[in-house]
Amino acid sequence: MERRADCSWWSGGKREGRRAPGKRTGPVKCPRERETKAVSREGKKGERPAKQTSYRKATETDRIGEKSIKRKGTQGFVCIFRRTVQDKMTGSDVRLSDEQVDLVHRLQHGKFGDINFNEYEPAIDFFSNEVMIHPVTNRPEDKRSFIPSLIEKEKVGKLVHAIKMGWIKPRRPKDSAPLYYDLWAKEDPNSILGRHKMHVPAPKIRLPGHEESYNPPPEYLLTEEERLAWEQQDPEERKLSLLPQKFPSLRAVPAFTRFIHERFERCLDLYLCPRQRKMRVNVNPEDLIPKLPKPKDLHPCTAGHSSLVRSISVAPGGQWLVSGSDDGTVRFWEVATARCLKTVEVGGAVKSVAWSPNPAVCLVAISHGNTVVLMNPGLGDRLILSATDQLISSYEEPTEVKDQPVEWSLAEGTEHQQGQRLILTHPRAVKQVTWHGKGDYLACVMPDVSSNVQVVIHQVSKRRTQNPFRKNKGMVQCVSFHPIRPYFFVATQRHVRVYNLIKQELTKKLMTNCKWVSSMAIHPGGDNVICGSYDCRVLTNSSTDPEHHKKALRGVAYHRQYPLFASGSDDGSVIVCHGMVYNDLLQNPLIVPVKVLKGHTITHDLGVLDVAFHPTQPWVFSSGADGTVRLFT
Amino acid sequence: MGGLQKKKYESGSATNYISRNKARKKLCLSLADFRRLCILKGVYPHEPKHKKKVNKGSTAQRTFYLLKDIRFLLHEPIVGKFREYKIFVRKLRKAYGKAEWGGVERLRDNKPAYKLDHIVKERYPTFIDALRDVDDALSMCFLFSTFARTGKCHVQTIQLCRRLSVEWMNYIVTSRSLKKVFLSIKGIYYQAEVLGQTITWLVPYQFAHDHPTDVDYRVMATFTEFYTTLLGFVNFRLYQTLNLLYPPKLDVKGETELKAEFEEDYAMDSESYLEKLSALSASLARVVSSAEEEEAEMDYFPVEGEDMEKMEARVKAQHEQDKQKKLFEGLKFFLNREVPRESLAFILRCFGAQVSWDKSLCIGSTYDAEDETITHHIVDRPNMDKQYMNRYYIQPQWVFDSVNAKMLLPVEDYFLGVTLPPHLSPFVEEKEGDYVPPEKLKLLALQRGERPVEEDEEDDEEEEEEEDDDEEEEEDDDEEAEEEAKLKEMEEKKSQGKALPVKVTPGKVKSENRHRLEQEEKAEEKRLAIMMMKKRDKYLYDKIMFGKKRHVRETNKMVAKRKALDEASKADRKKKKQKKQ
Repeated sequence: MERRADCSWWSGGKREGRRAPGKRTGPVKCPRERETKAVSREGKKGERPAKQTSYRKATETDRIGEKSIKRKGTQGFVCIFRRTVQDKMTGSDVRLSDEQVDLVHRLQHGKFGDINFNEYEPAIDFFSNEVMIHPVTNRPEDKRSFIPSLIEKEKVGKLVHAIKMGWIKPRRPKDSAPLYYDLWAKEDPNSILGRHKMHVPAPKIRLPGHEESYNPPPEYLLTEEERLAWEQQDPEERKLSLLPQKFPSLRAVPAFTRFIHERFERCLDLYLCPRQRKMRVNVNPEDLIPKLPKPKDLHPCTAGHSSLVRSISVAPGGQWLVSGSDDGTVRFWEVATARCLKTVEVGGAVKSVAWSPNPAVCLVAISHGNTVVLMNPGLGDRLILSATDQLISSYEEPTEVKDQPVEWSLAEGTEHQQGQRLILTHPRAVKQVTWHGKGDYLACVMPDVSSNVQVVIHQVSKRRTQNPFRKNKGMVQCVSFHPIRPYFFVATQRHVRVYNLIKQELTKKLMTNCKWVSSMAIHPGGDNVICGSYDCRVLTNSSTDPEHHKKALRGVAYHRQYPLFASGSDDGSVIVCHGMVYNDLLQNPLIVPVKVLKGHTITHDLGVLDVAFHPTQPWVFSSGADGTVRLFT
Repeated sequence: MGGLQKKKYESGSATNYISRNKARKKLCLSLADFRRLCILKGVYPHEPKHKKKVNKGSTAQRTFYLLKDIRFLLHEPIVGKFREYKIFVRKLRKAYGKAEWGGVERLRDNKPAYKLDHIVKERYPTFIDALRDVDDALSMCFLFSTFARTGKCHVQTIQLCRRLSVEWMNYIVTSRSLKKVFLSIKGIYYQAEVLGQTITWLVPYQFAHDHPTDVDYRVMATFTEFYTTLLGFVNFRLYQTLNLLYPPKLDVKGETELKAEFEEDYAMDSESYLEKLSALSASLARVVSSAEEEEAEMDYFPVEGEDMEKMEARVKAQHEQDKQKKLFEGLKFFLNREVPRESLAFILRCFGAQVSWDKSLCIGSTYDAEDETITHHIVDRPNMDKQYMNRYYIQPQWVFDSVNAKMLLPVEDYFLGVTLPPHLSPFVEEKEGDYVPPEKLKLLALQRGERPVEEDEEDDEEEEEEEDDDEEEEEDDDEEAEEEAKLKEMEEKKSQGKALPVKVTPGKVKSENRHRLEQEEKAEEKRLAIMMMKKRDKYLYDKIMFGKKRHVRETNKMVAKRKALDEASKADRKKKKQKKQ
């Protein structure tokens, strides 16, 4: 193989050299390179096994080889091994002759293989500058080279026709400058379309203020702190888009670095920002304040207890006031003089007091702990007092004794002397007592979710107790009788249920829309209910008032004659509102706050605990956690 | 009951809007082309009233276009041109790839181009509409005309912008409609009133721009493309209203004047013509050559129902305007080489002054610095070597302040090397309760014709100022003292009441308290009424009150700051005086 390759190169090289003696390097160089590469590659291949078995091979070589080693030194190694080359075709070792080795050497040195080849022969031009007499070929010219081309003639003819017809025009130099004319010469009104009316024009760019001046008044420059704050703010949040600066003269003003930015942002705003037409309300804030009728002037005066006064109640005549306190006493006051006439010690903290609304009797219901005491305070007309005592004593034991949930007993001894007449012992603590308008029935609330006896109604004249409800939904907060009709209002945490006592059915359920009802009062007409709730709201049966109080409401009350109602709250204030109730039930009552009364100091985070109205006068009584009862007239 | 059930989002606002991506798909355009189309046609996204409804229940952030707008874009001839351009680019690329240079040239010659005339007409059906929207166009053109040929945009665009802005300035000069100017940190604001429209534009200071990398110049270029078209047509129309030739030509007088001996220094005639125009020193040629501008006397047509007072006010306003137009008439200015020539020449020419500058500074100077008739020499350097006796050497701010004040301000504050008074923005109109800087108050007093301060000697002035201040302070003190006395009295009364409860208090006390009581009552009534407000009203009311309070707070802060600064400067001055003595 190798040899054949050698041969082909050899012959090729010769041929090349002979044919184009002028071109010296080009075609000849290529095979030479190829050859040198091939040789060197071969050499490398041959070298490796030689090194491995250098000793064995050395012994195999003949003496000439040894001689050559001596003669040529280390470089001669290759040559020695080159002398005997294995012919792969025949498998026999061929010993190279001297000429052949020389050839290899010549090639290795980059010389031509042929010794006789002269690489520097003079070049002979093929086309010389000498004009020859005879032509190179003697062939006569074709006819077609003398006559015009038909196809071209046809093409030219077409072009000529097109030019004649004006289809082809010479290319005109383009005028790039825009041409302006009077665009709005004919303004026709029809061109204003709906689009233009619907168009929301972009707001114009904000005009600069004094702070943008190159030489602003000194107060517009930022102080050091302001500047630091400005730098720390986000660029969107900044009120000033740039730092005000002062330059002593116009020539000192530098270029504004964000100029292109701002222009670009404006561009973005123009085509990317969603637009919306917004009506800007230009409201005079004074117009928003509702016009209210003038409130009457009320003046406060005071009274006192040693602990918080849970409950107060005014006698139907309006002459007396009873207050029950956590210090275990019940005090009776004369309203006109604000003097404490009587103090009665009951067993425990008084939760609720209620004066019987029947003017013919003088009875006060007092609840403390599990018991409710009916007391004849011994104030006022003697006839009425005796009538009251008679009413109590005229009771006859019924023949058949019914099993009652409440134990009735007569008060005796010192208690009788104090004025206590009847003692009702309940199974659980009584939170609230309330009278029916006639003064015979008395309802007590014992809030407990687990029990089904939360509300009991007592009949005083017959000393009878009823449990009106088989089951109570939710924890009962307070109850109330309808002033005229046989309705009974039960307020649970979130609802007020209205029951018909005669038909014994639920007639209405009022959603209070609040979290926790604390108190309830019924309008003397009976059509409107107000509820106070622990979430600071007063609710009327038609609307929720805005939050006037800042803290939880504890008590609400209606005035019997005037269209007033009052609400007391933990923030220590009593708000008297004018609540005009219309006979037309569709019309919402008009509610106007008339007065904020502040007098109670807040103790233990409690302010006003109960409010009550004088039955005839527009006076408000309020009891507070500071142990006082206040009368606001 | 009965009937087909209505499906959600098949009618109403959900069908009136279309999201951007959908719009783009509907128009079969790439985002870049869609953007260009929106910019040129002036289509912008709308904010729907109920975003969730429009977004079909989703709350994802989307921009919505009106479906009508997008339908309107559908048959826009420019969309076709966009597609043609796309094809052109493709063909060109191919020709390049095949190295068909002849083809490339041919394609280049037939590059699809579009005109925006019809869009301008369509967006602004009347000329006034166009004029109203010319603010941004002007700012953009003035910005682009200051660009260097850096490849951020086409050279032609820059040249066109320059040409249009020069035309605009020439128009303003000729019509004398400039009203306000303001030197801000950003650049120079100009406000002109053209055909009843207030137009404001901003020109950057003459510096090379540091081109930011985060700005998309393609967007700006698209805007500029539209704006140049708009501004060209607006200019044409404006020139027509003044009977001026368009494109502008200098009139014969100006042309002969400007045939300076240095003209051959300028390379080309076409270039130097624009330069001459931009020099603003000569007036423009008119179609109908009128020898002198005849002043049109305003005719009075007494309208029925309009009372005399109104008319008088109008006449007065008109008179004032005329006066302002001739503010610098008869004055002869010379601009030193360090002042911004173009803006000052523009402003001065707008108010009828004669302006010139050094010959080597710019073409178009009409007289040189040695001219004896020069009245004002505008200089922005600490001092001059050679000064003429018969002219004022003033700093450039004087021109700006005078224009804003609509009167020639006293030049003493603006002399060479003098610390300049603050430059106030003419665009701020203080309402009641706003902070008004004292300089503005002084200016207002000057405008009213009051001259409270003698300007002969500075010391006098200072003393007087001090006196004034003292008086004010005294007044303040008096007031405070009175209040204190009142309080004391009241305290005494109170203590008396407590100490001697039996004593019958005289009726006089009550009568004094009545006023206060009434006030208290009123305050309480108001408080009660506020309590009764509806929640919605209350919210609004609270917001308004909050804003008012903040405003008052800010004003007070400014007042306090100014007071402190004034006191500090006064103390400084006193110290200096003492040192001198």
